[in-house]
Amino acid sequence: MSVRLTMATSTRVLQQIRHDRRTLALLLIVPCVLMGLLAWIYQNTPVFDAIGAPLLGMFPFLIMFLVTSIATLRERQSGTLERLLTMPLGKADLIGGYALAFGLLAALQAVIASSFALLVLGLDVAGAAWLLILVAVVDCLLGTALGLFLSAFATTEFQAVQFLPAFVLPQFLLCGLLVPRDQLPDVLRWISDLLPLSYAVDAMQTITIDANGTASVLGDVAIVLGFVIALVVLGAATLRRRTP
Amino acid sequence: MVTHRSDAEPAIRVDALRVVRGGRTVLPGLTLTVPRGQLIGLLGPSGCGKTTLMRCIVGVQQVAGGTVEVLGEPAGSEGLRRRVGYLTQDASVYLDLTITENIRYFATVVGVPGHGVDAEVLRVLGLVDLVDHASSRAGNLSGGELSRVSLAAALVGKPEVLVLDEPTVGLDPVLRRDLWAIFRRLAEGGVTLLVSSHVMDEAIRCDRLLLMRAGAVLADDTLQGVLAATGTTDAEQAFLTLVDRANSAAGSTPDTPPAHQPSHEAGP
Repeated sequence: MSVRLTMATSTRVLQQIRHDRRTLALLLIVPCVLMGLLAWIYQNTPVFDAIGAPLLGMFPFLIMFLVTSIATLRERQSGTLERLLTMPLGKADLIGGYALAFGLLAALQAVIASSFALLVLGLDVAGAAWLLILVAVVDCLLGTALGLFLSAFATTEFQAVQFLPAFVLPQFLLCGLLVPRDQLPDVLRWISDLLPLSYAVDAMQTITIDANGTASVLGDVAIVLGFVIALVVLGAATLRRRTP
Repeated sequence: MVTHRSDAEPAIRVDALRVVRGGRTVLPGLTLTVPRGQLIGLLGPSGCGKTTLMRCIVGVQQVAGGTVEVLGEPAGSEGLRRRVGYLTQDASVYLDLTITENIRYFATVVGVPGHGVDAEVLRVLGLVDLVDHASSRAGNLSGGELSRVSLAAALVGKPEVLVLDEPTVGLDPVLRRDLWAIFRRLAEGGVTLLVSSHVMDEAIRCDRLLLMRAGAVLADDTLQGVLAATGTTDAEQAFLTLVDRANSAAGSTPDTPPAHQPSHEAGP
C-alpha cells in the first residue's frame, strides 16, 4: 500500500464529487431535511428526543451506503477499474482511497446533520454533544465501508440498489429501534449481536438516556470501528485483478 | 526508457494459451510471438478473441492454461504494470473529470514523480493534440476527442509495450490517419505496439500482421508476405482466402495455421 497512491485516488474521487454539485448538495442537506421532518412530526411530544439520536446515526448511514456502492460500481462498469488494475495501483490503494474520500464526506455530513439537530431542532440528549457527533461520524463510516465491501458482489446497478433492502434493512429491523434488543426472540438477539448497526444504535440510545455512559458508548464505537476496518480490508482482499 | 539491449527476446510470447469465458472456449490453445519495437496489427472479425488475447497480455484475464510472457516476465506481474500501457475498447476515463485531472491521476498511478506530473500531462496531451482542451470535462468531448484522452492515459509514463484495443473504431478517416501517424512515431521510438482492428485496410499501416479467426492465428507475417502466400492484392481478400483454406482443411484443427508458419518462432 502506498500513501501517495491512496491520497491520489481519494483526491480523484473528491474531484469527481466536486464536479457533481447536485450530489454534493444532496449528500449534505438530505440528512438535515429528514431530521427536520422527524422533529416536525413529533412536535410537542418527547418522541423526537427519544429516537432522534438513533435516527441521526441511521439516515447518513443509509445515504453513504448507497452513494459508495454506486460509485464503486461505476468505476467497474466504465472500464476505468480494468485500466487501473493493469497499472501499478495496489488494491488497498484503490479501496483505501475510496474509504478516505467517502469517509471525509461522511464525517462532514455527520457533523452538519448533528449540529443541525442539536442547535436548530433542539435535540436534547443526556450524553455529551461531542459524543453524539462522534457516533454519527462512525455510523457514516460504517455505511461507506459496507458499501465498499458489498459493491464487489454486485455486477449491475439493479443488484447494487437491492443490496440496500437485502443487507441493510434487516439490520435496521434487528438493531433495537423497533423492539429493544433484549426483548427479541433468542435467535434474533444472537443475530443482532453479530450485526454492526446494532452497536451503532446501542451507542446512540445510551447517549440519549445516560449522562454517564461515555465508557459504554466508546466501547460500542470501538466495535463499530472494528467492523469498518474489517469491511475495508475484506473489500480490498475480494477485489480480483484477473476476471473471467 | 526504451532499451534495445535484448532485442532478440520477443516483446510478447504467448504459448498454448487457453481461455474459457462463460462456458465458451474463446482461445483454444493460442501460440504467437510479437517482436520488439514494431507496430503489429491484430486483425480479425469481432468475437475472434482479440480483446481476450489483449486482456491476457495485460494480465486481467483469468486463464485456463498456457503461458503469456511480456518483456521476459509473466504477464500481469507487478514489474510490468508500469512498462505496459493498455487502451480498452471503452473510453475508460472519468467523464466527470477534466482531461487534465484524468491524466494527472493516471500519471501519478504509473509512478511519475510529483514534480514531473505537469510536464508529463503536457507531453501526452501534445502527442494526441489535445492541449487546447486540457481543462474541458471529459463528458463534454466528442467521441474522437474522448478516445484520444483514453490514448493519452495509456501513454503516460512512456510504456515500452502498448496494447491498444480497437483505438480507431468509429473515428473519421482524418482522425484515424492521425492516430496511425502517432503509432508509427512511437514504434520508431522503439515502442512495441499491438493494435487490434476489424478494419482490414488498416493492415497497410502495420509492420507485421496477426490475422485471427475463432481464437486461432491464421497468419503471422508482413502484409507483403500474406499477399504473396495467398496470391491476393489486399488484406481483406487475403484474409478471406485464408479463412476458406482453413475451412476446407477438413474442418479439423483450426489453430494450426495452414498458410504460413511464423519464421521467427524459434524453438526453446
